[in-house]
Amino acid sequence: MILTIILIFIKIVIVFSVVMGLVAYIPYVERKLIGDMQRRIGPSVVGPFGIFQPIADGLKLLFKEEVIPLKADKLLFVLSPVIVVCAALLGICVIPWGDYFLVDCLGKPIISLGYIANINVSLLFIIAVSSLGVYGIVFSGWSSNSKYSLLGGIRATSQLISYEITGSVVILTVALSAKSLSLVEIVNYQKSSVWLIIPQIIGFIIFLICGFAETNRIPFDLPEAESELVSGYHTEYSSMKFAMFYMGEYAHILVFSCLIVVVFLGGWLPPFNIFPFNLIPGTLWFGLKVSIFVLLFIWVRATLPRVRFDQLMNLNWKILLPVAFANFLISAILVIAF
Amino acid sequence: MPIDYLSILIFILVIVGFSIGTVVISSFLGKKRPTYFKCMPYECGIDPVKDAQTKFEPKFYLVCLVFLLFDIELVFLYPFALISDNLGLVGLIEIIIFIFILFIGYLFAWKLNIFNWIKGRSSASH
Repeated sequence: MILTIILIFIKIVIVFSVVMGLVAYIPYVERKLIGDMQRRIGPSVVGPFGIFQPIADGLKLLFKEEVIPLKADKLLFVLSPVIVVCAALLGICVIPWGDYFLVDCLGKPIISLGYIANINVSLLFIIAVSSLGVYGIVFSGWSSNSKYSLLGGIRATSQLISYEITGSVVILTVALSAKSLSLVEIVNYQKSSVWLIIPQIIGFIIFLICGFAETNRIPFDLPEAESELVSGYHTEYSSMKFAMFYMGEYAHILVFSCLIVVVFLGGWLPPFNIFPFNLIPGTLWFGLKVSIFVLLFIWVRATLPRVRFDQLMNLNWKILLPVAFANFLISAILVIAF
Repeated sequence: MPIDYLSILIFILVIVGFSIGTVVISSFLGKKRPTYFKCMPYECGIDPVKDAQTKFEPKFYLVCLVFLLFDIELVFLYPFALISDNLGLVGLIEIIIFIFILFIGYLFAWKLNIFNWIKGRSSASH
């Protein structure tokens, strides 16, 4: 028992380090790629090709002065970046990236090496935990006692809760098809039939749009619209607390990419279970698919302009939500009829 | 299954420890030289006008109310999605009636202009 707990702890620490490494290097890849897309060089000074830029940035922010506004609510002001980072990272612990087990000498599995936890309500867990991040944003907007922060905070809140409903309806449709809320079961279902992107292509598109809105990315980065709100809910933050909001954003992008890959693109499954494809290990397929989505986030940022707030709300409440519900009803009828 | 929840607990402890640790360490490492003007809320370089924690557009509250409506609806729909095979046609018809009733509420919210964010262009003013 003690041995199992130690093994679990080691596994978690390794996964956590890998995730934090990715969270640190997604911004680097983003700056480099956007630099290329805009015919600039991007970060190039620190190390070869600027490869140590994230470390330099992190250290610089760690040693910066911490400014807390005079009238701010100190406890909430300090607490909210912690909530944002925790809520964004917590989703990782139910994401499966392979189906490997560590076995003892009798061939009995001790712990899984393909996921941290496989609970039967993984999907609900991810939805619940990622919407906890709203608290961090509300607290940061309210406690800063700055008008830009307040406006950014309430905008972000209404945007996040609106798009959360639509995203949950799509997840519901997926659960209806796979008859399970466990992510491992959903991947196994896709193994026995087809990837869910094929029957649920409408749901996939809606979920992708919701992902852009829930991670506050362009074209839906209204909460931190620089031209009108300075920097939104983290206007007053400095030093490492400022960096933690960015950490939370990139962790959210990572978790969302993993989730959409597991739910719609078959997780660690190869595209075709035939000779050249199934030689590549599943985790590599998983990483490949996730990086495609992360690159999509970056590409969209370099391409699209920002929408207006009324357009954002109209898109969700008047178009995406009815379409998602219609999609759910049609899927329910088809599932029960056949 | 208990081992999975134990893993989640350990994971929570690790990330909470990490994030609180980062905040605490950086607050010790950074120099602290607060001045009055440095600690003022940012407002384009002028002295802040009034307190910021004040009234804001009530429409945001209405959106929250509609969110509650739909979120509770979803809580009822999840069990249906998982056992829809056992419920069969009866369950399907019940769920359609359920969604239809909420659809009326949705149309009502639409009529109240909750989803319309531009004041001059609301359908009531036409």
